[in-house]
Amino acid sequence: MKNNFGYLLKEGIRGIFLHGFMSFAAVCVTVACLLIVGSFSILIYNVNIMVDDLNKTNEILVYVDETLPDAEARSVGTKINTISNVLQAEFVSREDALKSFVEDHQGDEAFSGVDAQDLRHRYVVTLMDNAQMKQTVAELEQIPGVAKINAAYELAEGFTTLQNMLQIVSVAVISVLLVVSLLIISNTVKLAMYDRRDEIAIMKMVGATNAFIRLPFVVEGFTLGMLGAVLAFGAEWLMYDALLANLASIDTLQLFSFVPFKELLLPMIITFTAAGLFVGILGSWTSIRKFMDV
Amino acid sequence: MIEFVDVTKSYSVGTHALRGITMQIEDGEFAFLVGPSGSGKSTIIKLITGELKPTSGTVHVNGYSLERIRKREVPYLRRTVGVVFQDFRLIESKTVYDNVAFVMRAVGAKEHQIRERVPYVLELVGLETKSRRHPTELSGGEQQRLAIARALVNNPSTIIADEPTGNLDPARSLEIMNLLQEINKLGTTLLVVTHEMNLVQQFGNRVIAIDEGLVVSDGMEGYRHYEE
Ligand SMILES: Nc1ncnc2c1ncn2[C@@H]1O[C@H](COP(=O)(O)OP(=O)(O)O)[C@@H](O)[C@H]1O
Ligand SMILES: [Mg+2]
Repeated sequence: MKNNFGYLLKEGIRGIFLHGFMSFAAVCVTVACLLIVGSFSILIYNVNIMVDDLNKTNEILVYVDETLPDAEARSVGTKINTISNVLQAEFVSREDALKSFVEDHQGDEAFSGVDAQDLRHRYVVTLMDNAQMKQTVAELEQIPGVAKINAAYELAEGFTTLQNMLQIVSVAVISVLLVVSLLIISNTVKLAMYDRRDEIAIMKMVGATNAFIRLPFVVEGFTLGMLGAVLAFGAEWLMYDALLANLASIDTLQLFSFVPFKELLLPMIITFTAAGLFVGILGSWTSIRKFMDV
Repeated sequence: MIEFVDVTKSYSVGTHALRGITMQIEDGEFAFLVGPSGSGKSTIIKLITGELKPTSGTVHVNGYSLERIRKREVPYLRRTVGVVFQDFRLIESKTVYDNVAFVMRAVGAKEHQIRERVPYVLELVGLETKSRRHPTELSGGEQQRLAIARALVNNPSTIIADEPTGNLDPARSLEIMNLLQEINKLGTTLLVVTHEMNLVQQFGNRVIAIDEGLVVSDGMEGYRHYEE
């Protein structure tokens, strides 16, 4: 088997050089496609993190009717918690609210006269799924004793829509590009098989198994795919780091929080390896099937 | 052993290449298969190698039943049957040595086995001094010797040759036939397709004559019938 492995590897690599230009073109197209695939994956990853962060700070303020006695005001919280989408409901008394209000506006004379009795007790509610914010707010409004609700659901919905659209576009782009690289690798391998059709015919004649005949071509497709993946991975890394450096100098407000590439290392390695394997092995396997059945 | 029982083969409606062939070739035998062009000789060979399936009847080759052989068993059948063609079918980009070594690798032979076996078969066919040449640098007779070495190298129990001398002059043809006789004496079953009767007559072998898809004579005197 050791001998055979060496032979298969050698034959596979030989095929690549036999069609130097075609192989070069295949690797280039694969690199280009995988670069875009990788970029979209990174974009989705970052947007998801940003949206999650924003959602975490996207709290709903539920104000309690000021005419309710304190004990009843606190029982409103129990009712809030029975709503299934509510992750957490934190009670903030009017005294606490005033304290943080004053702290926020320290030294501002205009607010020095505010009295706790002017404010309402409130609950700071965070949700499990912000996409459902509108429905949840409607449920919250039904609770007796709730005077007013402050919720920025347009913002939450906007982010969710953006996230969904981006995901759909990405899946479409990624699929198309994977198919493109699949086709070009498949064609390169087909060319290699066409070139060696005499050898294949003789191998079949003397009783080589189909698997044995196929393997060098799978090795060839695999090598092309992995070569494309490795180059694309390196290019992605360099480009992403350059982008972050540029962004840091422009985005002084830190509006965007992109994850450094080092944190993406594992998911990116998995993405590129999977894409390279998929494109390389499937690309050669399909072309071989067609060829062998003739 | 090769055994055909009442074998017919139709390519499409109207072309009945074989119309009921029954014959048996024992292990170690040397048989000629003769017949005019279009009589069904190549069809018989394709049935033996599993390239085609019979329309009806049974074909047994070295323990395999060809009428119901599975696709993945075909390679193993083919390892028992070496084939030689009129047009040699050599790989021009490979040396003489590699043309032979290649088919050993194709069935998973180890490198040390290849190093031992290839020089042996090249010597058997008389090409030991030309192992580094390419097929285009060889004469027709030498190319056919190479094809025979290649058919022989995986040690099949049977060798089938389809018009092996069709492209050669009479002297080279005789050499090739003598070589095939020698290989048969080493224990390999030989079935040689030809339509060169004068060549067949120089050997005292069994002759199976077919015409229009039927066996018309079979035996040591078979060719006489065919000539009539
Ligand atoms: N692939 C094919 N399709 C249709 N008819 C074929 C095919 N191969 C051979 N035949 C026909 O079958 C008959 C026998 O052919 P073949 O076995 O090649 O004869 P031979 O080898 O004796 O010259 C001929 O009439 C030939 O035209
Ligand atoms: Mg023929």
